[in-house]
Amino acid sequence: MGFQPVKFYQTGTFTVGNRLLTPDERSLQSDKGRSNSINSGHRACQGCGEALGARYAIDAAVAGSHGQLIAANATGCLEVFSTPYPESSWQLPWIHSLFGNAAAVATGIAAAMKVKGKTSVRVVAQGGDGGTTDIGFGCLSGMFERNDDVLYICYDNQGYMNTGVQRSSATPPAARTATTMTVGKEPGNVFGQGKNVPEIAMAHGIPYVATATVADLRDLEYKVRKAMTVHGARYIHIFVPCPLGWGTASNDTIRMARLAKESGTFPVFEAEYGEVTGVLKIRHQIPVEDYLRPQKRFAHLFGEHPHPETIARLQLLADRNIRKYGLLNGHAAAADEANEHLRELRISEGGN
Amino acid sequence: MSNRPFAITLKPGTSLSNLTGTWRNERPVYVDRLPPCNNACPAGENIQGWLFHAESGDYQQAWRVLVENNPLPAVMGRVCYHPCETACNRGLLDESVGINSVERFLGDEAIKRGWKFDRPALVSGKRVLVVGAGPSGLSAAYHLARMGHQVEIQEAGPFAGGMMRFGIPKYRLPREVLDAEVQRILDMGVVLKLNTKVENIEQSMQGFDAAFLAVGAHIAKRAYIPAGDAAHIVDAVSVLRSMEGEDKPMLGRRVVVYGGGNTAIDVARTAKRLGAQEAIIVYRRSREKMPAHDFEVEEALQEGVLIKWLSTIKHADEGSLTVEKMLLDEKGVPQATGEFETMEADSLVLALGQDVDLSLLNGVSGLEIKDGTVQVAVNMMTGHAGIFAGGDMVPSERTVTVAVGHGKKAARHIDAWLKGTAHQPEAKHEIASFDKLNPWYYSDADKTVRPMLDTIRRQTTFDEVQGGLDENTALFEARRCLSCGNCFECDNCYGVCPDNAVIKLGPGKGFEFNYDYCKGCGICMTECPCGAIKMVPEET
Ligand SMILES: Cc1cc2nc3c(=O)[nH]c(=O)nc-3n(C[C@H](O)[C@H](O)[C@H](O)COP(=O)(O)OP(=O)(O)OC[C@H]3O[C@@H](n4cnc5c(N)ncnc54)[C@H](O)[C@@H]3O)c2cc1C
Ligand SMILES: Cc1ncc(C[n+]2csc(CCOP(=O)(O)OP(=O)(O)O)c2C)c(N)n1
Ligand code: SF4
Ligand code: SF4
Ligand code: SF4
Ligand SMILES: [Mg+2]
Repeated sequence: MGFQPVKFYQTGTFTVGNRLLTPDERSLQSDKGRSNSINSGHRACQGCGEALGARYAIDAAVAGSHGQLIAANATGCLEVFSTPYPESSWQLPWIHSLFGNAAAVATGIAAAMKVKGKTSVRVVAQGGDGGTTDIGFGCLSGMFERNDDVLYICYDNQGYMNTGVQRSSATPPAARTATTMTVGKEPGNVFGQGKNVPEIAMAHGIPYVATATVADLRDLEYKVRKAMTVHGARYIHIFVPCPLGWGTASNDTIRMARLAKESGTFPVFEAEYGEVTGVLKIRHQIPVEDYLRPQKRFAHLFGEHPHPETIARLQLLADRNIRKYGLLNGHAAAADEANEHLRELRISEGGN
Repeated sequence: MSNRPFAITLKPGTSLSNLTGTWRNERPVYVDRLPPCNNACPAGENIQGWLFHAESGDYQQAWRVLVENNPLPAVMGRVCYHPCETACNRGLLDESVGINSVERFLGDEAIKRGWKFDRPALVSGKRVLVVGAGPSGLSAAYHLARMGHQVEIQEAGPFAGGMMRFGIPKYRLPREVLDAEVQRILDMGVVLKLNTKVENIEQSMQGFDAAFLAVGAHIAKRAYIPAGDAAHIVDAVSVLRSMEGEDKPMLGRRVVVYGGGNTAIDVARTAKRLGAQEAIIVYRRSREKMPAHDFEVEEALQEGVLIKWLSTIKHADEGSLTVEKMLLDEKGVPQATGEFETMEADSLVLALGQDVDLSLLNGVSGLEIKDGTVQVAVNMMTGHAGIFAGGDMVPSERTVTVAVGHGKKAARHIDAWLKGTAHQPEAKHEIASFDKLNPWYYSDADKTVRPMLDTIRRQTTFDEVQGGLDENTALFEARRCLSCGNCFECDNCYGVCPDNAVIKLGPGKGFEFNYDYCKGCGICMTECPCGAIKMVPEET
């Protein structure tokens, strides 16, 4: 991975902070004076992954732009829960227009800044998976193709959550939503072709594309900060579990993201100019079933009339990710790192 | 009237006016749970507490927190059977934290650097007599002195240490280490009178306000073995005791040890080092049933000690023994088989356990003696007011660590008793069991193995068998601790809250919840690596 994991300090870089590290080796989120771009009092559900992911990402983008950041926001939970008129949680200039045009609005802001000669001002666009992979897709592709100087962040909670959990093109196969009911021979969402927007972004050959989850803060911060060092079109796709839409316990939000990554269901990688340059390895691999089971949207796969063949198909999809991105061997690597650290300590002691 | 469009005549309000804390039906609270290691330590050490300082490399502070409960870390780090490590949660992850090896490192570091105990700040004016300078007596003396009492130890033997000197062999506990830790206690102003056997406690107690008895168990148990006149039979504790004197015991070339405890192992390993070609332990049951610890059996076997399982000694003669084979019945009790064999033996060492010499208690009223031990109440007081007792002479597991724990506990109760009050131990916190942790966050790291002396030197010298950790390996090992149940400032709760409802107070100060905004989602609780957050129902 691109960021330097700390080899062995009790929790290494797995935790948000770590008293044994110097402050500059800790995450931005561990800082007492972090910017809290999205403030308390927002109306997101208990345990909302999107609210958390947005603070993680925008705080890092604010730091990466030295506080000179403007955000354009698509309609969706993030916009609705943060800005019921006349309140706002946002601690930066923030513009809302429509459900489907955040990329275009951001492009316009970037152009305006250029015209005004405000070269230090940076622009971020953000939206849900519906606003990104469905209705905003045309605007987004245009932004990529023109290589506009915008960082676009998609918060993927795998459905239209704001309007009551309808299916989007990011909803996984077999999942129950309000529009993919658990009826018929193959209940839940269909096994379609899928629509992998990070890979579509890569196909545009833009400077930087990355995926991230709320379970890997250090990786997420590294990616946003890296994106801020680059000009041109950049895309980060963040996996943000939704307790309401998925039927998971509110305390399990981060755990669900971790299980998605550890099962291979959600591959975490980064790519430059269309080529994958790094993957976050699986540390302790788990079967996809362990990820599905706690979610009520997959409850029909278990219980009295289980669908083991559907679970097996979902496992195949995860296996394909693991193969394609080379996600295994994380555990061995971590153990090696600990041993290496010990060896280094011994060497520094005087070669015994 | 402003001529700006209506929608932006109003300044955007802040969402801070929306107190989302009202949504909550459960609230997170910070808790300190009891780490399983602390819970398992017979000396009541705050292991997680001292490891916390060792993790940051502050060894002196770590040592100071350690010695609040146990004044003998360098000894403990060598002879304790470390039940803490058996209980350690990390054992469920990969391998338990090497608590005992870090403890030894801290103890050795303190000796090397000359760290001293603080002199007691206050003087109570009370005098306490401690009988016996074994671990229990030394521990009680140390704690009583810290509380400001004047302490005198009367010890029958020529040196302090009890079984730590006259039982445990040098190759497990070098005497310089013991001496250094004893001296540090005496430096606090504790008076030690050697070669002073207490014959009658009531007489010796005159002029003292209370007494703590810790005379150990030194009388070797005997089994009736018919023997010829010329058979050479000795007992293990005398053999080990004479190792401390000028004249080393004469055991011969073929030494047979009878018994299956740690003492049997120690005496066989000692015989080997004294030049015996063969040291054979005869034990009536099987290896699984042997009370000696497995690692000690293993180390003895490595050194060439032989063990004859399922055998009892029937007769001893000059140069030979008659041994009967045994069989375990379905209850695991050895039964005679009637099959006999003869073994060559220049000497037979009996290691069948020890009894307590209770003669100093003759005539004392109110005492209750059962199975040869003195009964004590929960406050460690015997049936005679003002006389407390602990260690091997009271019913309990017989280890150095238990003895040290008794000394501490007795000291607290003696202190209260001298003040006319009763010591109320704090209620135990809930245990930080493994299911309370989120182990995801801990780095993968295998246990550091302590170096061992090579076998040839183990068979021929009394050099210490097990080596210690160096500063770097000790630091590494300390950092394997999961900090079970106690916040170690990882900032997870502060970072993972979607509602920014955790307030970070700064290094060493911990965190607070902002209940104005906390929605009670419980993410902080789930993602706290060490189980230091608990959700409690909101009162409605
Ligand atoms: C060979 C052997 C090996 C052992 N190895 C270990 C080990 O590795 N780890 C472990 O945890 N435990 C070990 N033990 C057990 C441990 O040593 C004892 O449980 C512990 O020392 C008991 O402490 P104590 O203070 O009660 O008594 P002791 O250590 O026996 O000390 C009692 C002291 O009181 C003195 N005394 C007795 N009578 C009088 C009197 N009337 N007046 C004045 N002084 C008196 C004695 O001289 C002695 O110094 C071992 C025991 C033996 C025999
Ligand atoms: C053109 C248009 N169609 C429909 C809507 C209604 N609408 C608002 S938000 C939303 C779904 C948002 O889903 P997503 O982008 O995934 O964001 P989420 O709420 O899941 O975070 C819909 C359908 C709208 N605002 N505009
Ligand atoms: S991990 Fe640390 S706190 Fe937990 S039981 Fe082991 S030594 Fe104790
Ligand atoms: S994560 Fe935040 S909102 Fe959730 S319970 Fe903890 S403090 Fe409350
Ligand atoms: S999450 Fe980390 S900082 Fe918060 S209470 Fe637990 S150990 Fe302490
Ligand atoms: Mg969505």
